[in-house]
Amino acid sequence: MTNMTNNLHIAVGLKDAGWHPAAWREPGARPRDLLTAAWWVEQVREAQAGLLDLVTLDDSLALQSSDPDGPDDRVDAVRGRLDAMLLAARLAPVTEGIGIVPAVTTTHTEPFHVSTQVATLDYVSRGRAGWLATISPSRWEALHAGRRDLPSPEALLAEGAEHVEVVRLLWDSWEDGAEIRDAERHRFVDRSKLHHIDFEGARFQVRGPSITPRPPQGRPPILATQDGLGADAVLTDLVVLLDTSDAEAAERRARLDDRHPFEPPAPVFAGTASGLADVLAVHDVVRLLPAAIPHDLRAITRELVPILQARGRFRPAYEPGTLRERLGLGRPANRFAA
Amino acid sequence: MRQIHLAAHFPGVNNTTVWSDPASGSHIDFGSFVHLAQTAERAKFDFFFLAEGLSLREHAGRVHDLDVVGRPESFTILSALAAVTERIGLAATLTTTYHEPYELARALATLDHLSDGRAGWNLVTSTDALTGRNFSRGGYLPYDDRYVRGRELLESATRLWHSWRPEDLVADPASGHFVARPESGAFRYAGAQVDIEGRFSLPRSPQGRPVVIQAGDSDAGREFAAEHADGIFTRHGSLEAGQAFYADVKGRLARYGRSPDELLILPGVTFVLGDTDAEATELAEHVRREQVSGPTAMVFLEQLWNRELSEYDPDGPLPEIDPIEGESLIAPGSIPARSYTGRRQAVADEWRAEAEAGGLSIRELMVRKAARQTFVGSASTIARQLHDHVQARACDGFILVPHITPGGLDGFADRVVPLLQERGSFRTEYEGTTLREHLGLASPWPGAG
Repeated sequence: MTNMTNNLHIAVGLKDAGWHPAAWREPGARPRDLLTAAWWVEQVREAQAGLLDLVTLDDSLALQSSDPDGPDDRVDAVRGRLDAMLLAARLAPVTEGIGIVPAVTTTHTEPFHVSTQVATLDYVSRGRAGWLATISPSRWEALHAGRRDLPSPEALLAEGAEHVEVVRLLWDSWEDGAEIRDAERHRFVDRSKLHHIDFEGARFQVRGPSITPRPPQGRPPILATQDGLGADAVLTDLVVLLDTSDAEAAERRARLDDRHPFEPPAPVFAGTASGLADVLAVHDVVRLLPAAIPHDLRAITRELVPILQARGRFRPAYEPGTLRERLGLGRPANRFAA
Repeated sequence: MRQIHLAAHFPGVNNTTVWSDPASGSHIDFGSFVHLAQTAERAKFDFFFLAEGLSLREHAGRVHDLDVVGRPESFTILSALAAVTERIGLAATLTTTYHEPYELARALATLDHLSDGRAGWNLVTSTDALTGRNFSRGGYLPYDDRYVRGRELLESATRLWHSWRPEDLVADPASGHFVARPESGAFRYAGAQVDIEGRFSLPRSPQGRPVVIQAGDSDAGREFAAEHADGIFTRHGSLEAGQAFYADVKGRLARYGRSPDELLILPGVTFVLGDTDAEATELAEHVRREQVSGPTAMVFLEQLWNRELSEYDPDGPLPEIDPIEGESLIAPGSIPARSYTGRRQAVADEWRAEAEAGGLSIRELMVRKAARQTFVGSASTIARQLHDHVQARACDGFILVPHITPGGLDGFADRVVPLLQERGSFRTEYEGTTLREHLGLASPWPGAG
């Protein structure tokens, strides 16, 4: 990492009204607004006010369900969600500083589309785009995409790694400075700087070049929640419920769980912001998953962050630069450049 | 009085776009898209429009480098534009061949939610081996299967958009009901090429079904549009050709139980605006020469000749050797190159005769052949022509293609639009909020589907 004094990298994962399925009934939640741009702009600006590294936007092709193999037919939890990539694009022009990282599955998408979408998000956000690469092992989700030959999760990871590789190759398929606009010689591009990638994998065969010039970051950071995809960083997830005392947090968790059973996707921290500050260790990127939004998101930005800043463990302001630079990744060389 | 509908086409990656002009800006920077979309919105246009191309154009086995090369991804751009515009419709061209139905329906519904009902889809079918090699689907569809897939994509997407009823989303914390029915969003579609089922992840969007435009001039394309589409993007910009096309397509609607005003005819047209007609004519001549440089003229010639002609001089006479008949080898993805198949020799003979009669060089002939200038004149001349075309039922409006990025619509917005408004054939304020309302189209329920 680049900076030893401000050494925490904190992401926040945005999903529905929070990660707890009962969160939408909490005070301050606006469940009717979950499909509006206004709701998401407000949450990302909150994260931006807290100087967080980035937000991730959760996604899946399937409707939310507590059962990965099919609909659970519950009517008492959030159902319906926006396409994370388009949502990210909608947020980019009205935010600054913060990284915007939509989740997109490698199981049911074309690397060509994902590559051009993330590149475009990078142009629109001026170097703040990332991609949270996921796999989709659910057979039910696969039916939405019409895919019936779904292999094992291990095979999906290998396939996902191939997808990630193709996306990166496509970003590199245009060398920087390929657009020359040489009016004298009538040449808009220097085509010696455009490359077929001629990728021949087990699942993907892609010729290239991309239709979109290499994005501002060269290769926007690729994040994942598990090893095996070849991501630039693997997120360390923690679900958080933050209140003014441990007892209060435990009580709120019990109340939420009572309303709707919760199978957390990661370890849960229920306690105070200063308690959380004590246990946050240095990871590549720790991703906090607020159990309830806006309550736990505000606790992160307005309580946790000032404590960390006072301890010299978190940035006092955004520094200029791209998301890659913030994550200490630097600008990658182009594999096709001579 | 018949009302004109106007759309702004972001300048494309063909020779219509004059990138060598000093005023020409980036085709990639978001600022260019913002400029054109906000200009069109200031002028109260119906919608902003993006073309699509999922591979770089190639000629003679190499990337075609004479025109603009490269473009951003359309969904991402339109969704970002929704943040910096308020009323203008946002439409993208999306091929049914290289997009999958579920992701496409989901993205369009998301755009419709995020723009408060301004999403539009220009549906095209494509058959292009070059593009196929960028996708795992690979290859490409035989010509006849294109519309089978196109139809199935539209039908399945429409089924997904219908899968939530407006009243399904309750989100009432007091009662604890988020959805009204456990089966909200349930769908199944089983066709020859599309076989999907599940629960659609997007509750009903503001327009229900985003506006669907169809581009395609074949008989199958016209019939498809008559049955399914809200609009047609056509090339018939002249008055006579427009009237014939208009009568033909509108005449097909009755057999699907639709009235003529349920399908809008929108030709893609260019314009050259001057202070006077004479100045515009002079400017148009200059633009034509910029659009067809010597090297570009040779590319056009090779598209017909179907062989490399690098030894010929664009300022000299047409080649004496004959074209190579058959499928296009020199430009496999090019629609113009393909369109000559089967009549290469005949067209070459015509061109030779025309060049000889006029004493024209290759470039001079190509400037004449490639001209796409539909409206040339002063603001009042162009306004009158646009007005007359629509009143005479040659079309219902226009998709304007500027030749400069991003400022090519500025003069039109400032000088032509007010004259149309004075004539009473173009809105002075938006009346509705959705694209469907701008276009005067009824809600698609319950008829569609």
